[in-house]
Amino acid sequence: MERKKLGLIVNPIAGLGGRVGLKGSDGVDVQQRARRLGAVPLAQERTAEALEELRSLSIELLTPPGEMGEAVARRCGFSPRLVSLTPSGDSAQEERGESSAEDTRRAAQAMRAAKVDLILFAGGDGTARDVSEAIGNDYPVLGIPAGVKIHSAVFGLTPRRTGELAAEFLRGRRVRLREAEVLDLDEAAYREDRIVTRLYGYLKIPYRREYVQNQKVPTPAGESAQAQAIAAEVIERLASDRAYLLGPGTTTRAVAERLGLPKTLVGVDIITRHEVLAVDVGERRILEMLEKRPLGIIVTPTGGQGFLFGRGNQPLSPDVIRRVGRDHILVVGLASKIAALRGSPLLVDSGDPEVDRLLAGYVEVVTGYHEKIIYRVST
Amino acid sequence: MKPIAPKPMPRRFHQARWDEPVIFELSQPGQRGVLLPPVEAGIEEEVGNPARALPDSVRRREPPALPEMSQVHVLRHYARLSQENLGVDLNIDVGQGTCTMKYSPKVNDQLARTPKLTELHPLQDESTVQGILEVMYRMEGMLKEISGMDRVTLQPGAGSAAIYANVCMIRAYHASRGQEKQRDEVITTIFSHPSNGAAAKVAGYRVITLYPDADGYPDLEALKAAVSDRTAALLITNPEDTGIFNPRIEEFVRVVHAAGGLCAYDQANANGLLGITRAREAGFDACHFNLHKTFSTPHGCGGPAAGACGVTEALAPFLPVPTVEFNGRTYSLDYDRPQSIGKTRPFYGVAPNILRAYAWIMSLGADGLREAAEVAVLNNNYLLKKVLEIRGVSAPYAKGKRRIEQVRYSWEQLTRETGIHSEEIETRAADFGMHYWTSHHPYVVPEPMTLEPTESYSKADLDEYAAMLKQISDEAYTNPQIIKTAPHNSTVHRTQHEPFDNPDEWAVTWRAYLRKTGRKKG
Repeated sequence: MERKKLGLIVNPIAGLGGRVGLKGSDGVDVQQRARRLGAVPLAQERTAEALEELRSLSIELLTPPGEMGEAVARRCGFSPRLVSLTPSGDSAQEERGESSAEDTRRAAQAMRAAKVDLILFAGGDGTARDVSEAIGNDYPVLGIPAGVKIHSAVFGLTPRRTGELAAEFLRGRRVRLREAEVLDLDEAAYREDRIVTRLYGYLKIPYRREYVQNQKVPTPAGESAQAQAIAAEVIERLASDRAYLLGPGTTTRAVAERLGLPKTLVGVDIITRHEVLAVDVGERRILEMLEKRPLGIIVTPTGGQGFLFGRGNQPLSPDVIRRVGRDHILVVGLASKIAALRGSPLLVDSGDPEVDRLLAGYVEVVTGYHEKIIYRVST
Repeated sequence: MKPIAPKPMPRRFHQARWDEPVIFELSQPGQRGVLLPPVEAGIEEEVGNPARALPDSVRRREPPALPEMSQVHVLRHYARLSQENLGVDLNIDVGQGTCTMKYSPKVNDQLARTPKLTELHPLQDESTVQGILEVMYRMEGMLKEISGMDRVTLQPGAGSAAIYANVCMIRAYHASRGQEKQRDEVITTIFSHPSNGAAAKVAGYRVITLYPDADGYPDLEALKAAVSDRTAALLITNPEDTGIFNPRIEEFVRVVHAAGGLCAYDQANANGLLGITRAREAGFDACHFNLHKTFSTPHGCGGPAAGACGVTEALAPFLPVPTVEFNGRTYSLDYDRPQSIGKTRPFYGVAPNILRAYAWIMSLGADGLREAAEVAVLNNNYLLKKVLEIRGVSAPYAKGKRRIEQVRYSWEQLTRETGIHSEEIETRAADFGMHYWTSHHPYVVPEPMTLEPTESYSKADLDEYAAMLKQISDEAYTNPQIIKTAPHNSTVHRTQHEPFDNPDEWAVTWRAYLRKTGRKKG
């Protein structure tokens, strides 16, 4: 049998800002500030912990040179095949041992081209974004939690557990793949103590309840059955004289899929029962549409914190919400995701306090066919 | 002579493992349990072949595909399986919270096995079954007293069936007032038993589930937002599966009644309430009991379960038929109830369990029932104190309040600090010969564990269960590998959960298994 191939990408500066209170490591000036404050990146140690679980496997390891994987791989007893990040293969940057987001993206693309069985990356939300930008949402990837910000659902619970899960997957044990959200904070806002998360995309990760962060969600098969049931309910409720603004997310995508329509995953699309009127629209386009016909809104709370509006669906602006009207907003969500809110209310931060107040109180959330919950909304 | 060393706690359990195949795989063509002698000539002459008297339409064309085995092989097969099972009489069964796994006294099984009951046939003439009808009539009377309701039916085959019967009566009630179409929504809470939402859904209702308020209590404001002229009913468990009694339960009932809906009390968690509170006093229109929980009859897996519905006079016309009536001299079955919802189950209920529950209540008496409830609550609060001494566990919600008969705990801290999940504790508990359960889905309480000690278990039993939990917690902090690779001493395997959510991977019959694994077409 052919040896399985594992791609390894370490973001060497991941976690740099955390210990010195910088809330993230994005931006060169922040990295320099962090180093001045005495920060030590944790990525190498964390990667070593995960690789420990993979040592007994006979696999071929592909990794970029130096601090981006080679060093820690060798330390853990692997003889990695090196992946070149530049056409020439010996840039000055590689020699200096520095790395950038671009390197992460190049490494991920190179590994996809080399058809590795799984890409393991060590980093945080920023690294997850880079990987997702580079290879999209249909290639097996798993994150070793090593960054300051771990909001995305693409990481193992701990570095060790990440290694175990990767080993199970590479051994060919029954591990399914599921799409998991890549979320990130706006770090500039975060350093000012404002929490602003955005959905940046999805990665396909090997999934076992006991290994992955945020394991309140059920199995992929169960989740998909629930999403189907939600879609059936939503479609039953669609008015024939109205078009709908379909917000981002996999639950809203299920509605489009059931109607046989395409859907952008992180954008707002406009659909009717029969056709897609526009994809990935901005606020202005929506307002233009509202001049011509009545619209409804279908949204699902965005990852982690449960924002209905103001995170990841900014085209659904205060103006849009006000003109659509509360009665024509349909909220959908997997029961497991609602449970994962741990009793915190759903949130709205539309940018207009008046609109936020309009939405506050209790809202119906469709959780299945002929099933809904009543849930608090706070501003 | 040296004294024998005391046994350690928790005990060193090891289960039998037989690698026993499925019975169909043990089948050998031609093997038989009993070889019947040929029919004697004289009888043959007189009777002929009785099989020929059967019309073709009721005769099988091919013999049924039953396993062919000798008696000893059948006996050995099931004896082995029984050893691979954690029987209800072997373990300290406090880990299946909400299920009220109390002891089922053996003397009541003996009663249920007497020929006086087992030789009865449900189609016998009423005049020949006065005894069991009397038991049913008196049982109804006792459950009326315990719940405060006006009438009780014993027909449902289990708790969920009883909830379903209540939902059907509620629907019939609204239909009788011309509001069946308009009232198409049923409200329940997330910590009520999922059976409430499920039964309502099966009956065709739209289901609205309320989430708890910040303190874990059912959210009254959410209820107010949910009720409307579409509300058919509120189906609510109290205490909920958190073990927290709803202090505003009368207010809940008032809000729903004001909207024209009815209220049904799920009393699956009634074990801490016997003789203390009643559904009627809280204003409910209907309630149900699980005889196999509160009244000690065996649970579903140990034989059929049994449920009972109690209703007010307003809902009584809709009760399933027949009801058992008494005219002062004789007992009779009344089928002449034109507004009845019909039947939820053949005949009159699970007679052996009605008899068991009747015997259990009679053996305790009214004071004994209240004492059982009080001991169940005391046991629970003792165990709560012991468990909260264990590292990594907490009891979310209702801080500073006592719990009723169960607690939904959380291992969230343990998971955060060690990476060990509640489901992994479940598999490790099997190594100590104990059963353990997390909670219904979705996990609103993170990393949940639900313990309900009932009145059956002694202080030493509860200490042993807590000692097991403590040991597992210690292992999580010092040697998590042993938990991750558990079970070591049990026949239980680690299971993949995904197939349970995927109909393509279900095989509830041998035939379906052969078909879905491609071993047989059709």
